[in-house]
Amino acid sequence: MTIEELIAQRRSEPWRDELRKSKKNKERADIPRVHMNELDPGVRSRNREEVNLGLTAEQAMQEAQRCLDCPNPTCMNGCPVNINIPTFIKYIEKGEFLNAAKTLKETSALPAVCGRVCPQEKQCEARCIYIQKMKKEPVAIGYLERFAADYERESGQISVPEVAEKNGKKIAVIGSGPAGLSFAGDMAKLGYEVTVFEALHEIGGVLKYGIPEFRLPNSIVDVEIDNLCQMGVQFITNCIIGKTISYEDLHADGFQGIFVASGAGLPNFMNIPGENLVGVMSSNEYLTRVNLMDAANPESDTPVLSGKNVAVIGGGNTAMDSVRTAHRLGADRAMIVYRRSEEEMPARIEEVKHAKEEGVEFMTLHNPIEYLGDEHGRVRQMRLQQMELGEPDASCRRSPVAIEGAIKTVDVDLVIVSVGVSPNPLVPSSIQGLEVTRKGTIVVNEQTMCSALEDVYAGGDIVRGGATVILAMGDGRKAAAAMHESLK
Amino acid sequence: MAKYQEYQFFDIFLPRYSKTNYQQGRFIMNKIVSKEHFSAHVVKLEVEAPLIARSRKAGHFVIVKVGEKGERIPLTIAGADVEKGTITLVIQAVGGSSRKICDLNVGDEITDLVGPLGQATHIEKVGTVVCAGGGVGVAPLLPIVEAFHNAGNRVIVVLAARTKDLVILEEQMRANSDEVIVMTDDGSYGTQGLITHGVENVINREQVDLCVTIGPAVMMKFVSALTQKYNVPTIASLNTIMVDGTGMCGACRITVGSKTKFVCVDGPEFDAHQVDFDEMLMRLSAYKDVEKK
Repeated sequence: MTIEELIAQRRSEPWRDELRKSKKNKERADIPRVHMNELDPGVRSRNREEVNLGLTAEQAMQEAQRCLDCPNPTCMNGCPVNINIPTFIKYIEKGEFLNAAKTLKETSALPAVCGRVCPQEKQCEARCIYIQKMKKEPVAIGYLERFAADYERESGQISVPEVAEKNGKKIAVIGSGPAGLSFAGDMAKLGYEVTVFEALHEIGGVLKYGIPEFRLPNSIVDVEIDNLCQMGVQFITNCIIGKTISYEDLHADGFQGIFVASGAGLPNFMNIPGENLVGVMSSNEYLTRVNLMDAANPESDTPVLSGKNVAVIGGGNTAMDSVRTAHRLGADRAMIVYRRSEEEMPARIEEVKHAKEEGVEFMTLHNPIEYLGDEHGRVRQMRLQQMELGEPDASCRRSPVAIEGAIKTVDVDLVIVSVGVSPNPLVPSSIQGLEVTRKGTIVVNEQTMCSALEDVYAGGDIVRGGATVILAMGDGRKAAAAMHESLK
Repeated sequence: MAKYQEYQFFDIFLPRYSKTNYQQGRFIMNKIVSKEHFSAHVVKLEVEAPLIARSRKAGHFVIVKVGEKGERIPLTIAGADVEKGTITLVIQAVGGSSRKICDLNVGDEITDLVGPLGQATHIEKVGTVVCAGGGVGVAPLLPIVEAFHNAGNRVIVVLAARTKDLVILEEQMRANSDEVIVMTDDGSYGTQGLITHGVENVINREQVDLCVTIGPAVMMKFVSALTQKYNVPTIASLNTIMVDGTGMCGACRITVGSKTKFVCVDGPEFDAHQVDFDEMLMRLSAYKDVEKK
């Protein structure tokens, strides 16, 4: 059955028909979009509790009424993992929250994660008929997704997706981040014996080391991973393919397909003077210390530098995560330093809004050109070049141009560099025969995610070079479907 | 012990891994099979790690974490026994985390152990190699000495310690090299003087084609400065602060020939004459004030 046929079939079920007709579209469209319940900025900016509190059942059911249950749901085209959006929303409207969660899990291995960190405003919600045709705010698909996933988890009645009979074929996944988990879930459903190899001591990749507790609690990631375990997926931590075990070992051990999802592990620096001073670090280091190693907890052995004046360089989601973390760890001044204007910032609007509410300063149109240290080599000041916007560049954003002579010096004692990451070279360099780009990403067929080696597929940041959780998950699904096709 | 041969042991280990749900604690692994005190603060641990034992080469390191809330710290591998499936680690208790490892006993497990990491030492026949080790740096130097010796080089080892009791692995070095020169600060054993004196004597005495140095950063800095004076190519194996050890965090970055390099993936060995040791020393002290006890 094609996706279109499935959509039509489900939409024509009697209960859906009845529900749809129970309210006029005009009535539905008149309901205002729900607002996310949030922890008060004054409270949350000094603790690690989750900022977004989720919707109540009443709020969710009302928001679900807004969905017009379109015959051609354009929202689904915006979802990299093709969640059957109208179906799950209508289950919420009907009050069948567990069925809504089940629908999510048909195609998404991590609904509670996606409901929190997906940029829905650029994906499903951007394609919603409300915004496309009616000039109204889109249905809050992301909030509803989170609601259904949270409801299921808190109900204690977590459903394990149906798994096909074991076909005896062994599949290896390298990396347990979103791409790897999504791939593993789909392959397990198809009956494969899936083993996920993780280099770190924790499962979850960027979901654990990167995204902070206040945006995505680790306990929620663990529940989703547990679900995969129950589907038969095996996890091996502290194991690096290409180092601990080789590609050849995997073959010898009977693995028939390998999915590389090792992520974009190498932090970029700007190569400016003073960047190696003590107190200047990558956002990866800062967030890994705080999130994965729990360094802010006195019980943890891992230290982290704390600063009174903290500057985070960059304008992406990782920069927002870092600056908000710094504020929570006691910074008096937590600053974003970004060379373009706020309009060009790649971070989600919600993250920027939350950061501002919490008291983060935004120094846009500023670019660091040098860090100055004291006699102990600790960073004390940064020199910032002021910028203005010029012509659009290759990224279609107006490019920043230095204003000659406009340089200022700002006191800092911690600088977190968050200007992107490059692919981790460990895996690409240890599997002979892979085609790798100049940037270090693995070259794959865009339709199948298959690399130059016929049994090796790849997806996520190791292919994209730095993208989002959901795009990585989409790659995982695509690769699973293609690998299944080739192994049938 | 034939079962540890080839790939079969992976088959044997996989069920052991898989029985363990990631939430139900970790699998029984990384067990300590022997422990030896080299001195009051230096211990040698032999750890069950068959996969690492099989794949490691001279120069590789591992990341070790003890306890659920433990810190990840890098340790260069001092040796391995593929048949027994063990690796050897030599640790000096200098801070909270290294003390935790030193306090482990036979039968205990290292909570997390991953590797082998880094680039292996480039071994080839070059002629005469001086291997200069100080402190616990002598331990990871041993496999390098062995490898250069096996490759047909004349290998002269210079070992340095503050005092006689702190000289380690002298016998093993003798067994794998052409000559061992011991230097002690107080003259309680071997020749009195610093490691640089020992190395300089050799350079003045005969043609030296390569120097390999492992030890405290300050020591490597002075060895490097000395060999630079005599134009002897020198490799230093650096032990910097790391978190993941796989290139992800950049905590280990140093400047080599005016370029930033990551010790974990580009190293740990570098052309010593290109390394900015002063910057490295400064970065090593980053957490001095905040290290947890």
